[in-house]
Amino acid sequence: MSQYDVINSRATRIDSQDKATGRAVFIDDMKMPGMLYGAILQSPLAHAEILSIDTSAAKKLPGVKAAVTSQEAGLIKYGVSPARYDETIFCYDKVRHVGDNIAAVAATDLETAMAALSLIKVEYREMPAVFTVEEAMSDGAPILHEEYPRNICAEVHQEFGDVETAFKECDLIKTTSFVNKRQDAAFIEPQGCIADYDLSGTLTLYSSTQVPHYVQRTLAMVLKLPVGKVRVVKPYVGAGFGIKAAANHIELAACLLSMKTGRPVKMNFDREQVFLHGRARHQFFHTMTTGVKKDGTLMALKHECYLNGGAYSSFGIATVYYAGSLLGGPYRLPNMKYDGYRIYTNLPACGAQRGHGGVAARACWEQQLDMIAEELGMDPIDLRLKNMMVAGDVTCNDLNMSSLGMKECIEAVKEGSDWKNKKGRLPKGKGIGMACGFFVSGAGYPIYRSDTYHGTAVIKLTEDGGTALVYTASAEIGQGSDTAFAMIAAEALGIPLECVRLESGDTDFGVDLGAYSSRQTLMTGHAVKEAAESVKLQVLEVLSRELKIPVYDMDIKKGVIVFKKEKPDFSGLRTRYIKEHRGWTDNPAPEEDLSFREASRIAYLAKGSIVGTGKYKPPELGGKFKGATVGTSPAYGCSAQVVELSVDMETGQIAIEKMTDAHDCGRAINRTSVEGQMEGSVSMGIGEALYEEVKFDDKGRVINADLAEYKIPTALDMPHVETIIVESNEPNGPFGAKEVGEGAIMPTIPAILNAVYDAVGLRIFELPLTSERVWTAMKIRAKG
Amino acid sequence: MKKLISLTVNGKSYQIATEPNQTLADLLRYELGLFGTKKGCEMGDCGSCTVIMDGKPVNSCLVLAMQANRRSITTIEGLESEKGLHPLQQAFAEKGAIQCGFCSSGMILSAKHLLDKNPKPNEAEIRSAISGNLCRCTGYQKIVEAVKGVRG
Repeated sequence: MSQYDVINSRATRIDSQDKATGRAVFIDDMKMPGMLYGAILQSPLAHAEILSIDTSAAKKLPGVKAAVTSQEAGLIKYGVSPARYDETIFCYDKVRHVGDNIAAVAATDLETAMAALSLIKVEYREMPAVFTVEEAMSDGAPILHEEYPRNICAEVHQEFGDVETAFKECDLIKTTSFVNKRQDAAFIEPQGCIADYDLSGTLTLYSSTQVPHYVQRTLAMVLKLPVGKVRVVKPYVGAGFGIKAAANHIELAACLLSMKTGRPVKMNFDREQVFLHGRARHQFFHTMTTGVKKDGTLMALKHECYLNGGAYSSFGIATVYYAGSLLGGPYRLPNMKYDGYRIYTNLPACGAQRGHGGVAARACWEQQLDMIAEELGMDPIDLRLKNMMVAGDVTCNDLNMSSLGMKECIEAVKEGSDWKNKKGRLPKGKGIGMACGFFVSGAGYPIYRSDTYHGTAVIKLTEDGGTALVYTASAEIGQGSDTAFAMIAAEALGIPLECVRLESGDTDFGVDLGAYSSRQTLMTGHAVKEAAESVKLQVLEVLSRELKIPVYDMDIKKGVIVFKKEKPDFSGLRTRYIKEHRGWTDNPAPEEDLSFREASRIAYLAKGSIVGTGKYKPPELGGKFKGATVGTSPAYGCSAQVVELSVDMETGQIAIEKMTDAHDCGRAINRTSVEGQMEGSVSMGIGEALYEEVKFDDKGRVINADLAEYKIPTALDMPHVETIIVESNEPNGPFGAKEVGEGAIMPTIPAILNAVYDAVGLRIFELPLTSERVWTAMKIRAKG
Repeated sequence: MKKLISLTVNGKSYQIATEPNQTLADLLRYELGLFGTKKGCEMGDCGSCTVIMDGKPVNSCLVLAMQANRRSITTIEGLESEKGLHPLQQAFAEKGAIQCGFCSSGMILSAKHLLDKNPKPNEAEIRSAISGNLCRCTGYQKIVEAVKGVRG
């Protein structure tokens, strides 16, 4: 029996009926009076000087209301990390990738806007372009941003302990390299927005975003508006996975066009533009050298990584740090050296995607750990358990594992998959493999340096009593955060979930950094819980005065007032309540307990509107070294997965047959949603492992910018996933909760790599594991 | 040039003037205000615009409005009855088959078409029936479980 009344259950999501009936409003379902339609002109070239832009013919086309370029937009630079603001709304000196933004138009309908784009004349002088890390770093290579020689956008050099000395004490040292491919997030709803600059000078942007707060700040900075005059509202969002976690070009262009025309402007990306402007997973080139003792004790990791970053920084500085820092755990690793380089190339920019920075690194290392286990004659599970951290351990790079159910996760998948009877015992062509991973429950610091709260929440009781209205600026993007916060509010306040109504995703509701780095359950959850506790206290304080009972002798549970000692005579309060509700048919009967509805009405009569606020910001976290902030978090979720698969020995085709997945999410707020995150993560991991690769031609053009040629898993590709929720009690989480949305993807790819080895005896160091790649590897081996 | 077409949508008859290049998805969304039909790719790849036309699921982004002339269309808005939500809608909501919800309309309609044809599908048949509807959030498992829960 759960000790909780609301959380830790399988409550139906509060938005699911609207979504099941088509009533839920997404951005393209919105329309405003007088609304114009915008479109952007994109560069057809990967690298070129802009000699001239002529919009005069476009402006003359009937129906066109505005055409803007950098002339109108100005040259204020923005981006994600203030240390690398390297973008302007429109290019002015040169274009740096196919799709780079030149101009935008607004017209009375989309057809006219598209026709106007074709009338804009741009003269270019094409320049040599670089598409690979090698080309970009070679001597004499063209430079994308003059301030960054050799096209090095960011580099990281960190050493914890002394790796070289530790290697001297090792019995086995293993080096492997690994490369993934650029991934696309392939959420089903393309980004869209409507900007509305009204007559009072307030700019409201409705947008399909994960981060209303960051978008608000970017708009204010770039468009030179006070933050208080900019409001960002998020309708329902068709998922984001990290890609909608920063202001995009259409958001800025639509706002600029609305300010120019005084009319609402709608802009959408089409599917090709999602590929061009969706800053998804980088391509990473990892080389790792790991040293261990004979008994399997991990001693040191030397790690070098190059990221193909594309034309702009986006999240890239954080990405290159995460690629190193997230190997600090979950194993005890006393010595770690990391050299990371993010390189500018003339491809669309990459950014953050589920498992930010850590997914390819984890795949490389967890495969290497299996190779080490084999050479040492150990079961790969035993090697992992031997080195596993426990709650309270701190990594060599100062990440504090305040709770860590990693061992429990491993035991759960070992048991759940019947590992003992399968590992090494399956017939040729069938394999089993496992891996582990962990991830932050929210970045320890905001993207811009600030002492801001990471989340605020306001709860107001309806004046008539009985309903708690929760307002948070957090972002429901499909993960179920609205439901989680409604549940947290209900639990903390002591009322049923049906008595909570929640509004979110609006910067007018407060500050919330949004849906990225798996932060909301922990961080926004804390803020909501605090607001609920404040409201509860205010109600109980009024009751305390009225009934002459100390607050601590009362509680609210399941919507009624609990008197811990003798039940007082509250008939006077009840009479007052009923007098105000003459004619109501649902007034409480004399024998009933005093209800929350009555108590909150009495509280309103005493004090006016009952409003509680909550806030959260993490304590100071992490070490003092450069880049110490990236990877810090108040808590870490972790997971282990076992995959069973078969490889067709004739074709190399892999079929995933079963996944067993255990995740420590702290206290599960909504068990169904936790499983949903686990299953969704596994499916994205399977896609990246087996099929997904954004491909370019030799001019830097995406050649598979659609969901037919860029393959993501369908229902037929997905195996049954056995999900096992492992609950720890995270001391830094609200009700002990922590992340599940991203950590759950970490083990998937390496588990598959390890299972492929178990099936066919081949180690493959490049993704995706297409049948062609596997077949070729088998052929090469056969030739000896 | 616009041409007049007649069609039935969710049991109601309409006569509408439509451009020859207007898709059925756009007609449903922007002319009839039935926004439950979603557009994810407009190339027939994602299935989020799935509607049922004369008993068959179609990608409404690949059907011209003109081709829907004298046809009968069911959209997600047509599934509710006086009794409330369709059992599939209820099951999707309760079983966690919906996350972001953008694929849900098309997914539910594909599942409905399956159950109309085959009231007792096995898991492979369910997966096959929804394989033209992409979902990036759920990994499909809870969707499959929701359909299983409704089958006869």
